[in-house]
Amino acid sequence: MKNCSFKIDGRVCTAEKGLNLIEAAKQNGVFIPTLCHFKHLYPLGTCRVCTIKLNGKSAAGCTVHVADGMDIEVNTPELLDTRKAILEMMFVEGNHFCPSCEKSGDCPMQNLGYETGIKYTRFPHLFIDRITDARPKRIVVNQNRCIKCRRCIEEVKTFDGYKVFYSVNKGNKTMVSIDYEQEAKLSELQAAHAMQICPTGSILVKGKSFSKPFGDRLFDAVNEEKMLPVNGLKKHRTTAKKKIVATTSLAGCFGCHMSMLDVDLGILDLFEVIEFNKSPLTDIKNFTKHCDIGLVEGGCCNTHNIEVLREFRKNCDILVSVGECAIWGGLPAMRNTFPLEECLKESYLDSMTSEENETIIPNHEDIPKILNKVYANHEIVKIDHHIPGCPPDANHIWNVVKHILFQEEYSIMHPKYKYD
Amino acid sequence: MNRIGLLNKLWEFQNKFGYISENAIAQIAQKLSVSKIEIEGVVSFYHFFHRQPTGKYLIYLNNSIVSEFKGFQQIKAAFEKETGCTFGSYDENPLFSLFETSCIGLSDQEPAALINFYPFTHLTPEKVKTIIQQLKNGNSLSFISSNPTSKIQYIPADNKTIFFRKYEMGIALKKLKNHTPNEILNLISVANLEGRGGAFFPTAKKWKSCKQSDSVKKYIICNADEGEPGTFKDKSLLNNLPGLIIEGMIVAAYITGATNGFIYLRAEYSYLLEKIENTLREFQTNNLLGNDILGIPKFNFNIQIQVGAGAYVCGEELALIESLEGKRGEPRIKKYFPTEYGYLGYSTIVNNVETFAMASRIIELGTNFISTIGTKESKGTKVLSISGDVAKPGIYEIEWGMTVKEILHLCQATSPYFVQISGPSGICINNTEFDRKICKEDLICGGSIMVFNNFRSITKILENYTQFFKEESCGICTPCRAGNQILHEKIKKIKKGICTAQDLEEIKEWGKIMKLTSRCGLGHFSANTLVMALDKFEGYFNQKIIKANENLNVEFDMEAAVYNYDSLIKDTQ
Ligand SMILES: Cc1cc2nc3c(=O)[nH]c(=O)nc-3n(C[C@H](O)[C@H](O)[C@H](O)COP(=O)(O)O)c2cc1C
Ligand code: SF4
Ligand code: SF4
Ligand code: SF4
Ligand code: FES
Repeated sequence: MKNCSFKIDGRVCTAEKGLNLIEAAKQNGVFIPTLCHFKHLYPLGTCRVCTIKLNGKSAAGCTVHVADGMDIEVNTPELLDTRKAILEMMFVEGNHFCPSCEKSGDCPMQNLGYETGIKYTRFPHLFIDRITDARPKRIVVNQNRCIKCRRCIEEVKTFDGYKVFYSVNKGNKTMVSIDYEQEAKLSELQAAHAMQICPTGSILVKGKSFSKPFGDRLFDAVNEEKMLPVNGLKKHRTTAKKKIVATTSLAGCFGCHMSMLDVDLGILDLFEVIEFNKSPLTDIKNFTKHCDIGLVEGGCCNTHNIEVLREFRKNCDILVSVGECAIWGGLPAMRNTFPLEECLKESYLDSMTSEENETIIPNHEDIPKILNKVYANHEIVKIDHHIPGCPPDANHIWNVVKHILFQEEYSIMHPKYKYD
Repeated sequence: MNRIGLLNKLWEFQNKFGYISENAIAQIAQKLSVSKIEIEGVVSFYHFFHRQPTGKYLIYLNNSIVSEFKGFQQIKAAFEKETGCTFGSYDENPLFSLFETSCIGLSDQEPAALINFYPFTHLTPEKVKTIIQQLKNGNSLSFISSNPTSKIQYIPADNKTIFFRKYEMGIALKKLKNHTPNEILNLISVANLEGRGGAFFPTAKKWKSCKQSDSVKKYIICNADEGEPGTFKDKSLLNNLPGLIIEGMIVAAYITGATNGFIYLRAEYSYLLEKIENTLREFQTNNLLGNDILGIPKFNFNIQIQVGAGAYVCGEELALIESLEGKRGEPRIKKYFPTEYGYLGYSTIVNNVETFAMASRIIELGTNFISTIGTKESKGTKVLSISGDVAKPGIYEIEWGMTVKEILHLCQATSPYFVQISGPSGICINNTEFDRKICKEDLICGGSIMVFNNFRSITKILENYTQFFKEESCGICTPCRAGNQILHEKIKKIKKGICTAQDLEEIKEWGKIMKLTSRCGLGHFSANTLVMALDKFEGYFNQKIIKANENLNVEFDMEAAVYNYDSLIKDTQ
């Protein structure tokens, strides 16, 4: 075996000649994120989350084989951001409701979201209606989560060599579909293997999902020691001794508020340095003071949410979206893939308990109008910071607040950074 | 039957039954020993293959931007009215099925449609009415269809014309007898021929690489998939000078030792099939194809035609090869050049139609002749297809180095404002750039110029392009598949009038990300024009954007957000 010498970000590295760059980089202590890469396969090069530069030209890292004299860039600011953007594209193209996903905690895609520090996506969520197919014998295919990486196409075959998965359609309609006839031939083990190699929660084995409790999942305890610094937050400067905080719950479940209270006795320490104004915690209904910081749980699903949000923007110097719902719609946004009409008819007119011609869709000038979809808060007003999680960890929330208000240096433990 | 025959097999079913049934898929899958989903994957990739029954007459109306500006909507409505069918749906109508399709290479005669692949051009609502009536009366398509020939509007002086001059069969080939393959390759190299499919890769370099390959078999592929909207120059060459192209392929075979060739013809040009087949037959009869060509021992070469099935991306050479192998037309990863690992793994040359034609002329006319024409870096002439807001749309053979202004003058453009060079994947220019020269040193052009006057909506142009890429992306890689959808959302924002300066900045940044990360040229260039237009037509976009309030992003459209609810309440009261 011949070694070769090449450069990664200016540093001289060596590895076996012809080795896949992802492995070669790893041997030299450089991590390149991957999703479709599957080490023993002919590189698929589909997801592009491993984009690097080779001799100044961009390429998918997993399709590069190292050779003498290569000049490779991996961790330049541009490339770090580009790879993050590709992941964000995956999040907005599918419908990734991590809090209700069976793969959550075991999901390589989600974990890469943590690794690259995605708090919210720069792209608008597309909310395309996609099917969950439970017709196969052992497997459920949830198209909302498939990133079309094609691992399953290459890897999952019946004993007699037939493919079980394949791409169909093209363009924006491309999806990875399943062959029922071939799937029925899979053994229990083969089906479990399919679920395991899928880097998302798209392939699930019936009866096998949710098998592991929180804390024992694949990525729950990784990088236990690693701290994720929180950078680039808009800092707040006032001289006032006690800072004023407002909170509200829009289209949320109050889970984030419950989580805020989860600091237990810590809340007493907090009261030393902050006071609450408008908030469900104080039951103050209207702003009586201008606030330093506003914490918003939940996104906007009706006109009232929008009014409250705009009021918060007006009355708070810094506005923070707390939790997945506030950040991009979260679970309430599950309705976004259906027309509003269908949702309202289903809940008010055609539901099991509604009697024909007896029930109406609620409407009155005093009740807010339902929006055509649930909006992320940053689509309505400018949001200064996002705290991911469903709900976010209590310490995460308050540490961010303290960091913003008191310039305390702050970082969060990797395992506390979660979308679920 | 084997895998490489798959496309033809599918065409057989499509033509015979009007669709490819579950049963057909099962049959084929069984014969090829693959799972049904794999066949389904191939069928659903190509938009001329249908999975549900279609009518006796399949009507494909072109929805490219030129067509849109020339009355696409009215024609669409007229077809729906006259046939009683809806576009894009599989009605029970036994006679008609209506579909939109991307550019069909008739941009100089828009609006245009294909009915069972017979061309119908310059459509008007009245004409549509007559056509549908005639079809209902059982008139034959070949009898009532239009002549799709594009008018050759301009050629340079006699001593400068290269393509559209006199041609006789064998005009280039007869020179082969007295020259070794190396000498012929040298001519191509000296003439500095560069690929005319858009990438301008040195042809001699490509051919040399194939020549030097020790691959046991070699293939020559002519890329006649011309799918770039607004481009129809290859069509005119195929129509007027099929022999010249075939000779170019034979020259390539002579140089490299290849024994088999393919012409990958887009299905939209099916009406040229007969002509090309006849030409091939003539070549065979004259011992210019087959065995011991021109009496040169062991110089054996044959050409087959493969008809595509509707997928723009199959023009990309690595996707084209996949398609030829009976697969989905997804570009392979760029690990090898086709000359290293091409069709079925053998060394393969893929060249554009015009490249082969030019190669023939170089052999015929000699490098001295060619070198007197054009600019320093671009030798010879270029075939352009010109369409849009011009009085004389059609084919122009221009000497490299002609300015945009001269071209606009020749084609009698009216108030040119937004000019698209090389199709949506190319670049747009504004009226400060009309002095630029079409050549490698300045403004390179793959073969199409679309002219839009200052009454045309730039947003509409850009939306049409993005829509095209969104649908024609092969879908294999994230940035192109998702990116084009995301950009379309931004364009919708511009259309709604709720777009801020920030949105425009984001379009630029996101376009850059797509360029950096996409797997093939489609994704690299799909955001190009959009991003470029933001700067080149800054004044236009400045009028389109609204200023966001410092704190609130006022661009939120409350009215639109409650529209559904309001109308539902109104309806259910
Ligand atoms: C999306 C895409 C579409 C293309 N379509 C065509 C085409 O229709 N015709 C063509 O000749 N080349 C097309 N090309 C370029 C081919 O990949 C290839 O460069 C060309 O056929 C090589 O021939 P040439 O060197 O003679 O230009 C396309 C490229 C891309 C990325
Ligand atoms: S856990 Fe993974 S697959 Fe599931 S929704 Fe989250 S990112 Fe998607
Ligand atoms: S189902 Fe899973 S493995 Fe298959 S393509 Fe989708 S994300 Fe990849
Ligand atoms: S860039 Fe687009 S067309 Fe090219 S491989 Fe990727 S998805 Fe396919
Ligand atoms: S890991 Fe390289 S493209 Fe997916």
